[in-house]
Amino acid sequence: MPRGRLEWRIAELIQVKDETPTARTLLFDVPGWPGHLAGQHVDVRLTADDGYSTQRSYSLSAPDRVELTVQKVADGEVSPYLTEVLETGDKLELRGPVGGWFVWRPTGKAPVTLIAGGSGIVPLMAMIRARREAGGATPFKLIYSARAPDERYYAPELRRPEPGVDVTYLYTRAVPEGWTRPPGRITVADVNSGAWPAEFEPDCFVCGPTGFVEAVADMLVALGHDPRRIKTERFGPTGG
Amino acid sequence: MGIISRGFHGRGRDEGVKLPPGQYLVHDFPVLSAGPTPRIPLDRWEFTIETETGEKHRWSWQDLMALPSETPTVDLHCVTKWSKLGTTWQGVSLDVLFEDVATTADYALVHAYGGYTTNLPLEDLLDGKAWIAYQFDGEELESEHGGPARLLVPHLYLWKSAKWVRGIQMTQDDEPGFWESVGYHNYGDPWREQRYWGD
Repeated sequence: MPRGRLEWRIAELIQVKDETPTARTLLFDVPGWPGHLAGQHVDVRLTADDGYSTQRSYSLSAPDRVELTVQKVADGEVSPYLTEVLETGDKLELRGPVGGWFVWRPTGKAPVTLIAGGSGIVPLMAMIRARREAGGATPFKLIYSARAPDERYYAPELRRPEPGVDVTYLYTRAVPEGWTRPPGRITVADVNSGAWPAEFEPDCFVCGPTGFVEAVADMLVALGHDPRRIKTERFGPTGG
Repeated sequence: MGIISRGFHGRGRDEGVKLPPGQYLVHDFPVLSAGPTPRIPLDRWEFTIETETGEKHRWSWQDLMALPSETPTVDLHCVTKWSKLGTTWQGVSLDVLFEDVATTADYALVHAYGGYTTNLPLEDLLDGKAWIAYQFDGEELESEHGGPARLLVPHLYLWKSAKWVRGIQMTQDDEPGFWESVGYHNYGDPWREQRYWGD
């Protein structure tokens, strides 16, 4: 990781993709970008014409490009701008990459369990993509809890079968036709069946809202996972 | 000033309050930590200060409770950009805990249950600047916020206020802690926006 100062860089929005009715993926062109690891995030700075500026952090959703997926927070200050106002060709300031802990490196040999709650899928998707890009020898299991089927990000990509990546969906509010698990929050049984067992000594990455992450991390510890192998990232309710 | 973001007006100007650069105001209390929340039974809890000579000073939970406490009201600034103002805590000043500690070392490496560490100069822990806090807002400190007790050093970014604090190790040399080793600033003064290496 570079030791120098993380400079603010000009990022130009070059592509937009809607993931759900309230979330979209933004691809930026950032001249001089130093590269990043799967799981890292960036700081985004917006400045109004009276000089007022504000910053937020967003996880990078891919390992090989500066791409973010932003969930609109209804009363947020920045996410409504990024999801509804920003257009291709617009520029903003961005710096990073930030965070050297919640990262997965393709050199990792241990099996990987990823557990996402809602928009917590974003840095975990970067890890799945990094695995694919590297040739994919490490076995991954993903548990993805979303409110409803149409609130899943990256749905077409995750639907494509990918050897060595096992995906389990959980829904908390609405389920697809014929789905046997009733809607509800993640349980120990869900983690037990969807994640690697503790004996395999997997690296576990858990990302989502605080309550979700607290609950899942506790479940993993209760299931015998070494707390040192459980890495967490929390999106608080104030992520806006 | 950076480039203007077309069509961005911003919300309030943070209610007229002066915040460190790049921070925004919150009224809830977000949780950030790198791993599972450790849970420490009070009968097994202890806090130690170990000097550079290896001399150890220990406090059990009962010992800590028996010490004079303070109720500081302080502002919190998290490196993830949120600031929370006017939070009230109860805890023991580090001045009290260091009273009988003989050390010439300039740096402190703070250890927490669960393995977390953070480093700071000793002078940032003394003279009424830091506490071992065990109550927040008049209630026992919840484990997700660092209970039973956490370090509180509010003049630095909140990652320096180690949750689940277990001890302080005095060191002659400044040894980077957990976040300080993976890209975050060694000192972390919010008013100078020292978020990351090189800031």
